[in-house]
Amino acid sequence: MNRDANTEKNVATALYRQLLYLRRVEEAIADRYAGQKMRCPVHLSIGQEAVAVGVCSRLRKDDHVMSGHRSHAHYLAKGGSLQAMLSEIHGKADGCCGGKGGSMHLVDIGAGFLGAVPIVASTLPIATGAALASQMKGEDRVTVVFFGEGATEEGVFHESLHFASLKKLPIVFVCENNLYSVYSPMYVRQPSNRDIAGLGAAHGVESFSADGNDVCAVSELAGAAVEKARVSGGPLFLEFKTYRWREHCGPNYDNDIGYRPEEEFLAWKERCPLKKMETRLRESGLWDGAWAELLENELSAEIEKAFAHAEAAPVPAPDKLFGPLFAE
Amino acid sequence: MERTITYAEAMREAADICLGRDASVFLMGLGVSDPKGIFGTTLGLQQKYGEQRVFDIPCSENAITGVAVGAALRGMRPVLTHQRLDFALLSMEQIVNQAAKWFYMFGGQTPVPLMIRMVLGRGWGQGAQHSQSLQAWFAHVPGLKVVMPATPLDAKGLFIAGVEDDNPVIYLDHRWLHSVSGIVPDGHYSVPIGKARVAREGDDFTVVAVSYAVLEALRASEWLAAEGVSCEVIDLRTVSPLDMGTVLSSVKKTGRLAVMDTGCKSFGIGAEIVARIAEINPALLRAPVLRLASPDVPAPASPALAAEYYPRAAHLASSIMQCLGRSPDPEWFKSELPLDIPDPKFKGPF
Repeated sequence: MNRDANTEKNVATALYRQLLYLRRVEEAIADRYAGQKMRCPVHLSIGQEAVAVGVCSRLRKDDHVMSGHRSHAHYLAKGGSLQAMLSEIHGKADGCCGGKGGSMHLVDIGAGFLGAVPIVASTLPIATGAALASQMKGEDRVTVVFFGEGATEEGVFHESLHFASLKKLPIVFVCENNLYSVYSPMYVRQPSNRDIAGLGAAHGVESFSADGNDVCAVSELAGAAVEKARVSGGPLFLEFKTYRWREHCGPNYDNDIGYRPEEEFLAWKERCPLKKMETRLRESGLWDGAWAELLENELSAEIEKAFAHAEAAPVPAPDKLFGPLFAE
Repeated sequence: MERTITYAEAMREAADICLGRDASVFLMGLGVSDPKGIFGTTLGLQQKYGEQRVFDIPCSENAITGVAVGAALRGMRPVLTHQRLDFALLSMEQIVNQAAKWFYMFGGQTPVPLMIRMVLGRGWGQGAQHSQSLQAWFAHVPGLKVVMPATPLDAKGLFIAGVEDDNPVIYLDHRWLHSVSGIVPDGHYSVPIGKARVAREGDDFTVVAVSYAVLEALRASEWLAAEGVSCEVIDLRTVSPLDMGTVLSSVKKTGRLAVMDTGCKSFGIGAEIVARIAEINPALLRAPVLRLASPDVPAPASPALAAEYYPRAAHLASSIMQCLGRSPDPEWFKSELPLDIPDPKFKGPF
């Protein structure tokens, strides 16, 4: 194998590995959720992993990422500590927020994940401010903020794109359009004669769309966008269509309650980002069954270990309730 | 030599000092670089520090507040200005959900050194949406510090303290104080956040006031002194955290309390102070407490209606006399001060 082919193989298998890692973590959370040890809401990313993996595959460690309520995938794809995330979801002292945040407030400063909060669109202006700081400090760092298509309905989405465009900030806005805001479909929320990428363009922001279930397509588009934001300034806006498999909040499937057709779900499931990547690897002759099995075992052990740690970890001391509230 | 400047000049000087001392400080807000410079408080700063550090913003209060939070997370020290508190209400999501909670919510990892300045309007037909005093709202949110300087000296010292604090600080400056003059030291100094000031010593009645109400309380104290009633006036300076120590020492001495606020009465600063005294020792009070505040209605525009909206020195002095079983002097209400403008020289508009 020549060097280029080797690089191609490494890149492709790394993407697959990340997709599988995110999928298996989320499935493990879902499987154990009924045990009631994770006593906080969880918004799982199963089915949407390719956006997180594809975008973060093109970021440097010192680039910054922010996200919203459905942030596990973004946090992990950026390199956030699995151990700290699981401890946090279990309400433990060594969680990434010391037990103050739960699943909806993830942070790993060392990994460049500045924070996630569950108010729709709320991290858009904060990430914009982080990008402003990068510009003021003369850094060549790029900030990425992930959000759902529901966020594009918030006023602060427009204010943030408006300001980022005005100041030409090094930020990439990444919209994961999964077609539903909780149970509300697009047709009750957005006009049908307008596409989401058009909203970015209307603010003078270079905007693109791609298949959010194709990790290679995501990675390619994100790579170009991140490079552009870094070298010649931003902002850029990317929309990726994808689909959430499980319920909005919680571990279960909920197509039976009647807010979306089972056929729609099955059609999207056929386009599973993980399966798609596996097919691509097979077609390119890069698939290695023994490697895949080894990878499954390796991830399973890693996840098992992290859960065991989280379950055994001590809870925060009672006096941690009171602080720190202020930085001294 | 002692130097007298206005409250607005003191604020401008404080901003100048903060920008000059620390490259991470920047100042943004609607109109900060326009020819009027937020009532003179930001004049000339863009010329001196450049468009990168002092700049006007789009009419996007909520996002700009988020931008300030994001920049603060990255080690900058933004100062955001609103020409009226009422405009900042568009940014309550970012202030309450994000700025106030960020440090605690993420386990104390990233401080949010951010100061948000809001101007309190009053009079001259400002009406319902240009004159709210919502300090009690902000004080109710854990994670925010709320300062309300009454004097030029404190306007400068608390401004500098607010910018240098590692936490979100809400700085409320009253439009009617901008032209008030006072002694202000040169150079850098700060006034500690969370410390009240005894503005006038007295033995018979404790009057706790904030911001412009401090001036009214001092005026009333002069009249009362002529009647043989000695008032101790406490200028809170900071609403949150509240300096109850200073209030309690005074109430222990006088046994009587009036609280004068610039906002509406219900659930206001007076309610909190009285509740805390009642929790600690209700026997400290020898007389019913007095709460001087606006009635629980929005501010009206017409001068005829607004005249009785804001409690004045005459209301305070009369209430104290009645509390002491004595007759107030009706002349107090015939004070020469105009009712809808800060001073007789004022010709509008705001």
